[in-house]
This record gives sequence, structure tokens and C-alpha cells, in this order.
Amino acid sequence: MAQSTQKAPPSPVPQDLRVLIVDRTVDRSHALREALEREGYVVLMPPAGRFDLLRAVRELAPDVIIVDMDSPDRDILEDSRRVFLEQPKPIVMFVDESDSASIRAAVDAGVASYVVKGASPERVRPVVEVALARFRAFQELKSELAEARNSLAERKLVERAKGILMERRGCSEDDAYRMLRQMAMSRNQRLVDVARNVIEMATLL
Amino acid sequence: MLTIRSAGWAAPDDQLEKSVLRLGFVPLLDAAPLVIAKERGFFRRHGLDVTLSRERSWANVRDHLEAGHLDAAQVLAPMTLAATLGAGTRAVPMVTALSLGLNGNAITVSSDLHRRMREVDPQAMQQCPVPARALKAVLDEDRRQGRPPLAFAVVYPFSAHNYELRYWLATGGIDPDHDLEMRVVPPGAMVEALVDGTIDGYCVGEPWGAYAAHLGCGHTIVRTYDVWNNAPEKVLGVTREWAERHPRTHRALVRALIDVARWIDRPENRLETVHVIAGESYVDAPVEVLERALAASPRGGEDAPCAAGTFYRGAATFPWRSHAIWFLTQMLRWGQIDAPVDFAAVSAAVYRCDVYREAAEPLGIPVPLIDEKDEGVHDGPWLLGEATSPIAMGPDAFLDQRTFDPEAPLEYLAQLASLRPQPRAVPAPVSHPAG
Repeated sequence: MAQSTQKAPPSPVPQDLRVLIVDRTVDRSHALREALEREGYVVLMPPAGRFDLLRAVRELAPDVIIVDMDSPDRDILEDSRRVFLEQPKPIVMFVDESDSASIRAAVDAGVASYVVKGASPERVRPVVEVALARFRAFQELKSELAEARNSLAERKLVERAKGILMERRGCSEDDAYRMLRQMAMSRNQRLVDVARNVIEMATLL
Repeated sequence: MLTIRSAGWAAPDDQLEKSVLRLGFVPLLDAAPLVIAKERGFFRRHGLDVTLSRERSWANVRDHLEAGHLDAAQVLAPMTLAATLGAGTRAVPMVTALSLGLNGNAITVSSDLHRRMREVDPQAMQQCPVPARALKAVLDEDRRQGRPPLAFAVVYPFSAHNYELRYWLATGGIDPDHDLEMRVVPPGAMVEALVDGTIDGYCVGEPWGAYAAHLGCGHTIVRTYDVWNNAPEKVLGVTREWAERHPRTHRALVRALIDVARWIDRPENRLETVHVIAGESYVDAPVEVLERALAASPRGGEDAPCAAGTFYRGAATFPWRSHAIWFLTQMLRWGQIDAPVDFAAVSAAVYRCDVYREAAEPLGIPVPLIDEKDEGVHDGPWLLGEATSPIAMGPDAFLDQRTFDPEAPLEYLAQLASLRPQPRAVPAPVSHPAG
């Protein structure tokens, strides 16, 4: 939940955290900016009026993005996760009071955190911190999962390529593996890429 | 309760689990069924008291459905599949039992890009639809000059717009992920982004294509009707959990919307439709722009769907599972999902033809008896015989005359993949030609 029950002693914000506020409600975003700057954050705001959000994210390189849940900019931010695959950003959303309970589901998934609209700007800082922490944990979990999935998929490809070579060349499994490795070395490719080529060639022939 | 249901007893639909509903819509032409059903009493007639909620992003629609703030919503058809698979977001199983319409998207380019395309390939620009090779020529020139790639926008990654635009690009040998910058811009901001040069072109639902032309800042070069005739577009989306808890309400909702779609598609009701949805609380666009977007250009007789938005004719309300499977192939094609999916199981779980049939039954309208059809096999009007009574259908051809057999999606994908230009990688030195 958004609220911090006791006021934590203001600890220094680690390494100049950069917060991008994407909020076209001017009063709210200015109050928030002041509060976050008092806490030691570097607050980034896109220029007033229309702006290219994707470029803003790219150029300003924020660590956290704060956005209104009802903003049309959310579709851009969701897609920016595809665009910036190598460096996804944690997102904090302003949500209506009535939405807050149910949004917890999304928060629990580590996708975003939220601040109830109208909450005092001081409340925002702990949320930003929680967002960052959750996000990092989520990213770690995700990359571990992806790694595990990738290596499994790659192993399967190599197995298939070996099978194809054994069948076509009538050789042993060890020989097939050696052949693949040889090809990989001589072409300066990864084993899995060679395996993929072998499979592709086999489907053509 | 459970035992009764499993014994095959269907409760009368007048005992709805829930009659006060909140439905989400996005200000686009194909919100028309929801808006007209509300304004002209179709929901009421089917026992529903509906409030409409205008939503400003697709992400918000999805989150509000999941949170239960919306009972149902107009959603991009592929969103139901993406949410179910957890592609691009965490998994929220969704279902649909109703298509909200066919067609209605267009590819528009800035006046500047249009001029450049005319310069490099004047012949291509005479054709309708404009072939993507004219754009390819511009891209090639830019690359030679070392200019940054052009940017094209769609409203959401999991959308028919995105797949239609990419399909068109690929037929011209353009790889959207390498040769262009593909980005997301909300529909209402498209025209501005085109004017200020943030993007050079876009694919969006009406009225936003017609709007650029209306303002004189862009040219529509392709109606997506010509990429895939009578392609699916939006559907009525609900979470699976909601559908399971409210089966009778779900049927009543689908029934009301089939009923209104039939009404909207009658030529004499089109003008009234335009005037109602043009209102400030709905699409909020000039009447003449919406009229142009809806302008009927029927092909193959009165009963056939037209290239502009079609709401009822040609089984436009039916949630064809072949459409779902086609979308899944495109998600795989463009790397939105990374592992092959069980096409049959996913499409059957999400696209509920059975619920549609139950909902439509009391209306006494002809209903398809099959769940999927081959796509790309009809280049003119045809008659669907596998229906409670024959249905006049519109063409379903693709731009490149390819056919799609929903029973063999991987084979289809393999054909398409061969069209895709190879990613530009540094060629590795090959020491021995492969044996």
C-alpha cells in the first residue's frame, strides 16, 4: 500500500536517483517535484505542452517513471518496455482512490507501484523506493527465468541438430556433437546458431 | 447449482446474475455498437442497465477489466489473446464471444513522406493500395545518405493495426524492426505527432485516418481492407473469471450488441449513428469526418460487408477462431511471443463461439455452425453454407493472395518467415560450403 505508517528518518537518496514525472496535471506535478527534490531526487520533467514521451525517456534516462493511471501515455510507456528491453523502467502510477484496492494485484506482480491521487507529496518517496526495490527483484527473477528457459531451448536445438546429423551422416552422437562444434569454431558462431542452421537446412532438403 | 448446470439445464436469461453494468470504450468509430446500444435503448431492451466509461489507453482498459471496475469493454481483438498468454504483461485470462466489427483501419503517411514516395516511385503511387516498394525506395535512399530511419506508429503492439501495417511493409521487403522505428502513439495524438514530425506515418482506426486527410496534413495510402479483406478489429472483451460468474449476463450483453450491430449496418441508420457517436462524450470528432470514415463502398451487393467499418453483415459479429489463430501467428512472426503456443487450445479458450451461438439463438438470425474458416480463399462475395441458414459473406483475401489454413498455422508461419528480410548481421566467414 502507498502509505508509510511512521515517518522514516530522511536517509540520503542513493546515487542521485532520477525520477521522470509524466503528468499533465501541472499543480500536482509541481508539488511532487518540490517534495522529491527536497528528498534529494533528481526530478526530470518533459517540457510543457506536447512532448515526445519516447524520446524523453530515451534522452533523460530516468530510473523511475511516475505517470497518471488514466493517462493515454500509458500505452507508450508499456511499449517502451519493448523499445528499451535492455533497460526497462519501474513505473509508479497515480490512481484514483476507488481504484487503489484492486490495483494491488498489479503491484504484487511487480509491474508497477501506485500512489493514491491526492496523497501528500511526502508519501510519494517511500512508494518510489518500494517501486525500485520491487522492480529490481522482479527483473532479477525474470532474467533468471529467461536464462533458464533459453538454455533449455538452446539445448533442445542442439539435440535436434545432433539427431539430424546422426541420421544423415550415420555417425555417433559424439561425432555429431564434434561436427557441430567444429562448424561453430570455424565460422566463429555460437553452437546454438550452428544447430539452428543445420535444422533449417534439413527442413529445406 | 453446479449439478443442475452439468445436467444441461439452461436457466432463462431473464434471470441475470447482474443487470447494472459498466462498459469501457475507446473513442473510435467501432465503439458505435456500445454507444448506440446505450443511446437507443438496446441494452435496456435486453434487461441491462449500462454505464459507459470512456477510457484513454488500452492498458487502462485491460487493468480496469482485471480489477473489476469494468464488466466488459471494447478491446483490440489480439489483446484478449495477449492478456491470456501474458504476452507483454502478466497473464489475465480473457474471453470474447463477440466481434465488434470488421475493417476500418488505414495507413496514412505525412505529406512530406508522400511527396518523397511520389518522387522515387511515381508509378507505384498511382496504384491503390500503394505498394510498399515505394516506401522501401525512400528507406533505401535514407540509408545510403546515413539518415535516421523513419518512424511509424500504431496504437498498441497487440492490435490488428500493428499486424496489418507490418504485413503490408513485409510485402515490400521492409523489416519493420530493422528498417523503421516502430512506436506506439495513442489514437487521439496521432495526427499531432504526424504534424510535428515525431512520426512519418501510422496505421490507426477511423476516424483518425480520415482526420489527417481532412486537415490536409497526411495522405491515406492503404486501407487495411486491401491488406486483408474484412479483417477483424475490436471485440467485446471480458475476463474469463467474469464470464464464468455471469454466463446469463454475458449472453444478454452479446445479444444486445448483435441486435444493435444489425441496426447500425442498415444504410438508413448510418447517418444517425454518425451523429450520435460524434458527440462530445463519445468520439468527439466532426460529423463530416466520421461520415467519410463510414462511407459505404459495398463490394458484391447490398448484403456484403463494405470496406469501411462493417458491424453486422457477413457474420461480422461472429468471433471466428481462425481470426484468433491468425493473430497468434502474427505474434509469433514478430517476436511478441517466443514459444510456439497450442493454437487450437488457446483460440478455443479465448474465442467462445459457443457462447455467441447461445446468445444469438433467441434473435433468430443465421449463425455460423463452424468455428473456423480458411482465410484468404475468397476474393469476391461468397455464401457460407455451414450456417443455420446461408450467410452472404464478403471476400477474405490477403494483399499477397496467400491463403491461411487455421489447421496448419506453423506451415503458414514458415511461408511468411521466408518473406521476412534476413536480419542484418555481420556475415560470418564460411570456410567450407556446407555438404
